[in-house]
Amino acid sequence: SKTRRILTTDIDELFLGKKIVDDDMIEDLEELLITSDMGVQTTMDIMERISGKRSRIAGAGELKRVLKEEILAYFDALPEPVPEAAAKPHVVMVVGVNGVGKTTTIGKLAAHESKKGRKVLIAAADTFRAAAIEQISIWAERAGAEIVRHKDNADPAAVAYDGIEAAISRGADTVYVDTAGRLHTKVNLMEEIKKIQRTLSKRLPDAPHEVLLVLDATTGQNALSQAKMFNEALGITGIALTKLDGTAKGGIVVSICSELNIPLKYIGVGEGVEDLQPFDPKQFVEALF
Amino acid sequence: MFDALSDKLNSVFKQLKGQGKLSEKNIADGLRAVRMALLEADVHYQVVKRLVADIKERALGQEVMGSLTPGQQVVKIVNESLTRLMGDTHEGLNLAGEKPVAVMLVGLQGSGKTTTAGKLAVLLRKEGKQPYLVPADIYRPAAIDQLKKVGGQLGVPVFDSTPEMNPVDICQQARVAAHKAGCDTLVLDTAGRLHIDEELMGELARIRTALKPTDILLVADAMTGQDAVNIAKSFDERLDIGGVVLSKMDGDARGGAALSIRSITGKPIKFIGVGEKLSDLEAFHPDRMASRILGMGDVLTMIEKA
Ligand SMILES: Nc1nc2c(ncn2[C@@H]2O[C@H](COP(=O)(O)OP(=O)(O)OP(=O)(O)O)[C@@H](O)[C@H]2O)c(=O)[nH]1
Ligand SMILES: Nc1nc2c(ncn2[C@@H]2O[C@H](COP(=O)(O)OP(=O)(O)OP(=O)(O)O)[C@@H](O)[C@H]2O)c(=O)[nH]1
Ligand SMILES: [Mg+2]
Ligand SMILES: [Mg+2]
Repeated sequence: SKTRRILTTDIDELFLGKKIVDDDMIEDLEELLITSDMGVQTTMDIMERISGKRSRIAGAGELKRVLKEEILAYFDALPEPVPEAAAKPHVVMVVGVNGVGKTTTIGKLAAHESKKGRKVLIAAADTFRAAAIEQISIWAERAGAEIVRHKDNADPAAVAYDGIEAAISRGADTVYVDTAGRLHTKVNLMEEIKKIQRTLSKRLPDAPHEVLLVLDATTGQNALSQAKMFNEALGITGIALTKLDGTAKGGIVVSICSELNIPLKYIGVGEGVEDLQPFDPKQFVEALF
Repeated sequence: MFDALSDKLNSVFKQLKGQGKLSEKNIADGLRAVRMALLEADVHYQVVKRLVADIKERALGQEVMGSLTPGQQVVKIVNESLTRLMGDTHEGLNLAGEKPVAVMLVGLQGSGKTTTAGKLAVLLRKEGKQPYLVPADIYRPAAIDQLKKVGGQLGVPVFDSTPEMNPVDICQQARVAAHKAGCDTLVLDTAGRLHIDEELMGELARIRTALKPTDILLVADAMTGQDAVNIAKSFDERLDIGGVVLSKMDGDARGGAALSIRSITGKPIKFIGVGEKLSDLEAFHPDRMASRILGMGDVLTMIEKA
């Protein structure tokens, strides 16, 4: 079927036997952008700009180049990501909706930091989800990181406070605060996470130095709503996009990053400890087409 | 985006009311607005394309109802076809078979399988069944603990699996144990996996062969984007699923994935997850889902009154 074809093909094939950009090709391009979750508005914007240059585009190579340029432009002029070792302890709070990969991403980041010889501490501030504490404890062990944990259903802000306290007294370089998944539309849960943030800055005025929002590449247009509301509540400093090892393209980050002016820092490409990479816009755009 | 959409709709609905038939010309704007709404709701591009073509064909030549504009009437037709497309009646779990029967949960990582297993146990117990929870996820850290805790909260027995066991063995041994414990319905919680992971998809197929579940539910996140068709297609082709649970419907996602999944597999959406609590599972209502996907609540209310 058409669906299969478009997902497995690239622009070379759209151009098969054609010399100019015709209407069919424009429609195929539109499909390519929409099916990568780029969103209607962004797709229309890109299409409009491409259409304007249509007569000057000769052949697949040129169309590809122009398209990539257009999308790369969305990642231009974003603020520099927060450097990883600017403060000691460097406090990173990890947030996002349910099941996106927060805990796993912390595990990967912690392992990476430990490997560089930095002392890492994790605060197990998801006290709500069944066995969330056990899960992050296993990751801490894998990563060679210390963990601060309370009992199930304890106050997450208290765990965060103890985490930062322990990090200061033990001389840790980095603290990761694992938080429970919550939908951005739940007012009381968003208040709870704001309280965690306030508690961190009570103990250490600049903390958290990083508020990392985890987004799932499988998510469609709702990711924009997630990013907006977490950003309003907490001030997001960076994004991690997980599950890019599947067939979803995660195109919604294009508009999220540019609209909210937040850098995409990491991509998750699997469940293993090594499966986290720094985000590279060029590589991302290559993978789209 | 939403603003742009309602502006557009307003201009669509400013057209003269009533009189005459729906024509290529007077429905064009309405169709365009519907197309945008569906794409914004994450319905797959090809599904939207097919739908819009069908609707156009059905609409053309219809008499415009007295109180509606052609644009409104198009929305009415769309709403009706979406509702029909998603199934008219609610379908529950299929539990017909020799006891103990098994219900198997499958899906991508983090979609909500383990939580749904607990929710189904609550539902089954309400229906007078004796559920038995089976943790068959040996990969994710503390996945077995998670289901054990869920079972503990509910007072529902949970098979004592360990990460050293093989998932197929876990399920087979669990059936024997469930029978001994006087339980009639196993709920198999499998590990999250990508639909393109050959090895792990093969594992699911082996569990299916060994246990012959009477129902296999794909647990899919309501926030899923365009990839929903690929996911649903792969799981269905491999396992011949019995239905779908759409999780995390308590957020603000429009849930177009429901339509994509339904139209690509033809399988019913049986339940929706509406929260993290184990009581947060509801029957699926096609009409509510249709208007949520269309996101034209006001317009639809107006049309119903017409
Ligand atoms: N394929 C793949 N799976 C991932 C990736 N990141 C996380 N996962 C899996 O996604 C599932 C959810 O990950 P978690 O880290 O538990 O997600 P979370 O956001 O902490 O979830 P909650 O705390 O329940 O909200 C697990 O099965 C992970 O193994 C990734 O990059 N690729
Ligand atoms: N808001 C909301 N959260 C849900 C719902 N269903 C599940 N969750 C949450 O989503 C996250 C993932 O749920 P799990 O049940 O662990 O998902 P899973 O599919 O078993 O994940 P893996 O085993 O890692 O593949 C958890 O934080 C759950 O509490 C729902 O209907 N609404
Ligand atoms: Mg977690
Ligand atoms: Mg699970």
